[in-house]
Amino acid sequence: MLNNTDLEKKINSELNTKVSVSKIVHETLNISIEKDDLKEVLLFLKTNPEMKFKQLIDITAVDYPNKKNRFRMIYLLLSHEFNKRIIIDYPLNENEKVFSITGIFPSANWMEREVFDMYGIDFQDHPDLRRILTDYNFEGYPLRKDFPITGHKEVRYSEEKKKVIYEPVKLEQDYRNFDYNSPWQGTEYIKEIKKNNE
Amino acid sequence: MSKQTKTLNLNFGPQHPAAHGVLRLILELDGEVVEKADPHIGLLHRGTEKLIENKTYSQAIPYFDRLDYVAPMNQEHAFALAIEKILDIEVPIRGQYIRVIFCEIGRILSHILNITTQALDVGALTPSLWGFEEREKLMEFYERVSGSRLHANYFRPGGVHQDLPRGLDADILKFCNEFPKIINDLETLLTDNRIFKQRNVDIGIVSKDDALDYSFSGVMMRGSGVPWDLRKSQPYDCYEQLSFKVPIGKNGDCYDRYLCRVEEMRESVKIIKQCLEQLPKGPVKSQDNKITPPPKKEIKESMEALIHHFKLFTEGYRVKKDEIYTAVEAPKGEFGVYLISDGSSKPYKCKIRAPGFSHLQAMDYLIKGHMLADVPAVLGSLDIVFGEIDR
Repeated sequence: MLNNTDLEKKINSELNTKVSVSKIVHETLNISIEKDDLKEVLLFLKTNPEMKFKQLIDITAVDYPNKKNRFRMIYLLLSHEFNKRIIIDYPLNENEKVFSITGIFPSANWMEREVFDMYGIDFQDHPDLRRILTDYNFEGYPLRKDFPITGHKEVRYSEEKKKVIYEPVKLEQDYRNFDYNSPWQGTEYIKEIKKNNE
Repeated sequence: MSKQTKTLNLNFGPQHPAAHGVLRLILELDGEVVEKADPHIGLLHRGTEKLIENKTYSQAIPYFDRLDYVAPMNQEHAFALAIEKILDIEVPIRGQYIRVIFCEIGRILSHILNITTQALDVGALTPSLWGFEEREKLMEFYERVSGSRLHANYFRPGGVHQDLPRGLDADILKFCNEFPKIINDLETLLTDNRIFKQRNVDIGIVSKDDALDYSFSGVMMRGSGVPWDLRKSQPYDCYEQLSFKVPIGKNGDCYDRYLCRVEEMRESVKIIKQCLEQLPKGPVKSQDNKITPPPKKEIKESMEALIHHFKLFTEGYRVKKDEIYTAVEAPKGEFGVYLISDGSSKPYKCKIRAPGFSHLQAMDYLIKGHMLADVPAVLGSLDIVFGEIDR
C-alpha cells in the first residue's frame, strides 16, 4: 500500500506533464490538472492497480468572480481498497465547456446536473443535462457569488387568478448584512470612505 | 397479428405518503412493470449552501440540523470536525465521548424511523407504533441536553455546547438496557414475517460493483457485502477506543439492508454503553476562548470573558484560508462537508455531500423491471430524507 508521499510521487511520474501542482493537505493528496486532461487522469486513477480510486464522492465548483478563470472544478475520489482520498481540481473560464465524466463514473450524472444548476457550467456529452434542485423554469445560477441571497422571484398563490404566480421579490426590509469587523481595525465602509477621500 | 403495447406515464408524488417526503417520481409503466423512473427532486430546496456562505461559522451549524432531520447531530459532527481540523483544535476527551453517544443515538433514531416506515410501506402498521415510542424517548435525551427535540445545535467546533445535565447518563443507560428487548420485539414482527419477506427479499438488488459505481455508502453499500464503515476505516473522535462490529449483508436486496439496520442498532446500543462506562470527567469543549465562548458565570466577573463573548457572538471566530473535506458515517451513509475558508469569519464555500443524493440517483437502475408495488419497498430501503437530498 502506498502512503500519501509515495502516491504523490507515483502520480507525478506516471502522469508527468498532466499534473501542474500536487500537495498533501490534511492528509489528503490534492492535484491540480488542466481541463483537457480530466478524463485521462480520472481513468488512470480509477484503473491503476495501486490506486483504485473507484468511487466518485462528489463534484463541485467554486466561483471566484474576480479571477481570470472564474470557476474551479473540484472532484473528490475515494479508494476503498487502499482507504485513500484524492482531490482533483482545475481552473475553468466562464464560457468554457467541461467534459462530462458520466462514462467513467455513472454517479456523476446528478452531480454534474447540480453543478450546472447551481453555477451554469455546461457539460459536454452529458446524457441528460437539466436543472435538478431549482424550480421548473428557474432563471439564474444561485451559487454564483453575484446571485443575491434573496433571489429574484417570489412565489404565491393568487386568489384572483386561482393559480400559483411568480412575482419579483419584494422585501419589507432589505436584507441586512452586518459588518462585524472590529471597530479598532476599522469597518469596511469606513475604509472605503477613507480610500475615496484620499 | 402482432400485439401493440403502449407505455403509461405515471406521476408518483410530490405528495405521497410512501415517498418519504416531497419526491416527484415519473414512472414509465408497461402494464405493471416499471420501465423507467425519473425522480424530480428539489421541492425542498432551501439553498442551505448559499445561506451558509452568508453566515458566520457558528450561525451555520443549525442549518446542518435541517438537512437530515431524523439524525440531526450526525450532520453537525461533520461540520464541526472540518473546522476543528482547519483550526487545529483538540477536543477534550469527555466532549468526544458525549459526541459519540449522541451520534449513536442519532443512528438509532434514523434506523428506527427507516425500519418502521419501510414496514409501513409494505403493509405493517404495528412496528411504527412501537418504534415511535422509542424515538420519542431518544428525542427526549436530545431535548434534555440541547433544549430541543430535533434542531439541536449542540455540537460545536471544539466540543459540545454544554455538559450532560445531572442524571441524563443514568437515564441513557437505562434506555440502553431496555432497548434491545424492543429490537427483539420488532424483529418478531418483521424478520420472519412472510409478507414482509415476500415484499423485500430479492427486491432492489445492488451488486458490489454497482454500489461503487453509483457512489453508494453506508448501509446501501454494506448490504451488498462491502465492509466499509468510516467509523472503522477513517476513525474520528473516540471511535478508535470503542469496540463494535460492522454488520454486512450478502445479497444486497432490501431485506438484507433491513437486517443490517437492525444489527447496527444493536451495535449502537453497545457503543453507547461503552461510552457511558468509560465517560471521563473534565471539560466538554475546548478551553480556547477564541473559539468557544466562556461560561456565563465568568462573563459577569471577567472583562476578558465579556470581550470574548461579545466577539464570538458578533463577528464570530475567523478561520484561516484553507480547504478541507471531512466525512462522517451518518446513519444514511457518508455525509461529507467540503469547506473552503478564506480567512474571514464566514465560509467562502461549503459543499455538502449528502448520501441520499447518490442513492436516489440510482432509483432508475434499482427499479427497472420491477413491479409498481415494489417502488415503495425500494424507496423505503434507500432511506431517503429530503432535507439532505434537496439541501
